[in-house]
Amino acid sequence: MSPAKEVSANPVPMKERMKIPRQGMPEQAAELRVMNFTEVNLGYSMELARQEALRCLECAKPTCETYCPVGVKVKDFVKLIVAGDYLGAAAKIREDNVLPAITGRVCPQEDHCEGFCLLHKKVDSLGIGYLERFVADYEQKAGAPPAANAGPTGKKVAIVGSGPAGLSAAGDLIQRGHQVHVFEALHEIGGVLVYGIPEFRLPKQVIREQIDTMRKMGVEFETNVVVGKTVSIDELLEEEGYDALFIATGAGLPVFLNIRGEHLNGVYSANEFLTRINLMHAYDFPRYDEPMVSLRGKHVAVIGGGNTALDAIRSARRLGAERAYVLYRRSETEMPARAEEVKHAKQEGIDFQVLTNPVEFLDDGRGWLRAARCQRMELGEPDASGRRRPIPIAGSEFEVPLSLAIIATGTSANPLVQSTTPGLKTNKRGYIEADGESQRTSRKGVFAGGDIVTGSATVILAMGAGRRAAKAIQEYLNTGAW
Amino acid sequence: MYRILDAQFIAPGIKRFVIDVPRIAKKHQAGQFVILRLHERGERIPITIESSDREKGTIRIVVQAVGKTTYELNALEKGQAILDVVGPLGKPSEIEKYGTVAVLGGGVGTALAYPTTAALKKAGNRILTILGGRSRELVLLEKEMREVSDALYVTTDDGSYGEKGLVTDKLRELIGKGEPIQLVLAVGPVPMMKAVADLTREHGIKTIVSLNPIMIDGTGMCGGCRVLVGGKSQFACVDGPEFDAHQVDFGVLMRRNRMYRDEEKESLERFQHACEGNGQSGTCRSGVAETAPVVIAGGKP
Repeated sequence: MSPAKEVSANPVPMKERMKIPRQGMPEQAAELRVMNFTEVNLGYSMELARQEALRCLECAKPTCETYCPVGVKVKDFVKLIVAGDYLGAAAKIREDNVLPAITGRVCPQEDHCEGFCLLHKKVDSLGIGYLERFVADYEQKAGAPPAANAGPTGKKVAIVGSGPAGLSAAGDLIQRGHQVHVFEALHEIGGVLVYGIPEFRLPKQVIREQIDTMRKMGVEFETNVVVGKTVSIDELLEEEGYDALFIATGAGLPVFLNIRGEHLNGVYSANEFLTRINLMHAYDFPRYDEPMVSLRGKHVAVIGGGNTALDAIRSARRLGAERAYVLYRRSETEMPARAEEVKHAKQEGIDFQVLTNPVEFLDDGRGWLRAARCQRMELGEPDASGRRRPIPIAGSEFEVPLSLAIIATGTSANPLVQSTTPGLKTNKRGYIEADGESQRTSRKGVFAGGDIVTGSATVILAMGAGRRAAKAIQEYLNTGAW
Repeated sequence: MYRILDAQFIAPGIKRFVIDVPRIAKKHQAGQFVILRLHERGERIPITIESSDREKGTIRIVVQAVGKTTYELNALEKGQAILDVVGPLGKPSEIEKYGTVAVLGGGVGTALAYPTTAALKKAGNRILTILGGRSRELVLLEKEMREVSDALYVTTDDGSYGEKGLVTDKLRELIGKGEPIQLVLAVGPVPMMKAVADLTREHGIKTIVSLNPIMIDGTGMCGGCRVLVGGKSQFACVDGPEFDAHQVDFGVLMRRNRMYRDEEKESLERFQHACEGNGQSGTCRSGVAETAPVVIAGGKP
């Protein structure tokens, strides 16, 4: 018998599909959304989702899937949308991705699936992220029960950190029938998803719903446990009886610029600024107790060009900043932020000062920030990161008057777990050494992944590490081999 | 939720709590702190652990009401609960045998100095303790400190107890008398710690202070607690809270601690106003210090 030919429910002939324009995402008008923290993107309607799904070329070898860090079966789930089976589409995504409502919103699709979509060679790529979000939200509204887990194995796995890497691993491991216990240092579950990413890009309600689903699947969560301080890795393995452990503690200490004036009042790390706003709700002071200095009518700048930088400056804008700048030392081409965030930020009136580097923060005479002294840069030869190296232009210095500066130039390794776990190897920058495929560390039964291994990266890359770890933990628990 | 097993005022505006937190009690070492959040809308505040009982699974903390959260905390009674308690955070004190150690405790700073003093005594050091307060009732933990000290002196700003003057006056006197002090541990309001650092620098005596910057997560993620030590950024939550006093830029610390002064004042006034509106004036200002609040160790104002 010859293999069954793939049947497509898509009534649109191949040649016509490219003629359908990419369906835009309905969004809150820029002039309205700069005054609130509610979500910018409103989500596809059923009609928009179907229209967009019809554009899929249903490639024999879908490169979108090859380049997805967690291997979502894009072609299959899009076909199910065309067939009108939205819950089936959601279940299809869930086979590989336990947090579709989150990745559908924050994944840099242009670097992964959509960047490698065949349509992209001629026209706009398929809106894979928008479609993923649509089915995830549909599933949530429908209140669909989570898929059943495999029968209990009697094995216990501890996950250290409840960010994207930890949650991804937890989701995969619970489905395989293991007992999964997630430790979180903060008072809320979600790691960077709750302290780092603002409400207008990823509503807390969406995170809570995804966590609730995981709870229903049987994942246990324990907040207020700083592994390395409250309990050590060795105590978890020896005294609390865990058979394997996944370290997913995420990004660490914020990196500062080490320039003059950095200790002035009004100079923040992006992590602190965003934690106050997102985790502690300082934008709702005094209803919430955590304070934030008033930004109304003030001039604010963020230093850096990643997603964190844009999250911070767009938050500042929403808190009333009259002028809001991105100061970035390379050009817009090198900017690591998601394309959609750059677009949204520009619509919101954020002033992008690229090829600009602050060299000193200036005092107003009372210990508060008055201005940043900056220099203009030009691009030279590519550096170690493969991006063209910024070089200062002599005599180009100028002042940007500022009340607040937010530094978003990255993080370094958090030392808490490494320094309290004998025999756990780290690299020279302090990150945990883990195998790129199995996420195994130098300690038997201990796996690690996400930012604590790679340094600052993205939600989806961390989730990919979580999946690989879950697979390797499964093998280890089955065979005992290390 | 973490249950409060006991709560007693030990001075006006200063309350001691016993909290049921077995994980923290088991791991606590001298010099470490916890972070608390009272309720869903609460802020996170660092509070030093005074002592712990591994058997019972409890810790003791001493809290001075200076801002909204600490007033609200001090209105809680035995049998009530705190939403979040996390720790023990920070590096433990370095306990060695130095010889003669002078311990200076100012106000509630004494509660913070106590476990480290006890550990230093146990390690075989000769302990000279100087306790200071604005007035008699703000000299704390005298009995406990006396038990772990070879000599104990008290100074008060108003002379209502012990000798009139500052803890630095007494330290200067002891140094002048030729006491062979190898280490000074100073915990109290920032101006006191700065004054001690200035004095001991002249005499080349190693001095440790425990810093109390603004802090949020306490795990080395946010960087809010950064302090300038030896010209470099250090994070009090993971690199501290204890630092070499002679390297600390106290000016930057004081300035950064005042960053939210207006918001903190607003928050406290709203709290007390709303609280009194509910006819609970007894607890809204319970044990309010007679004079203006000061920045104290072990809790942000």
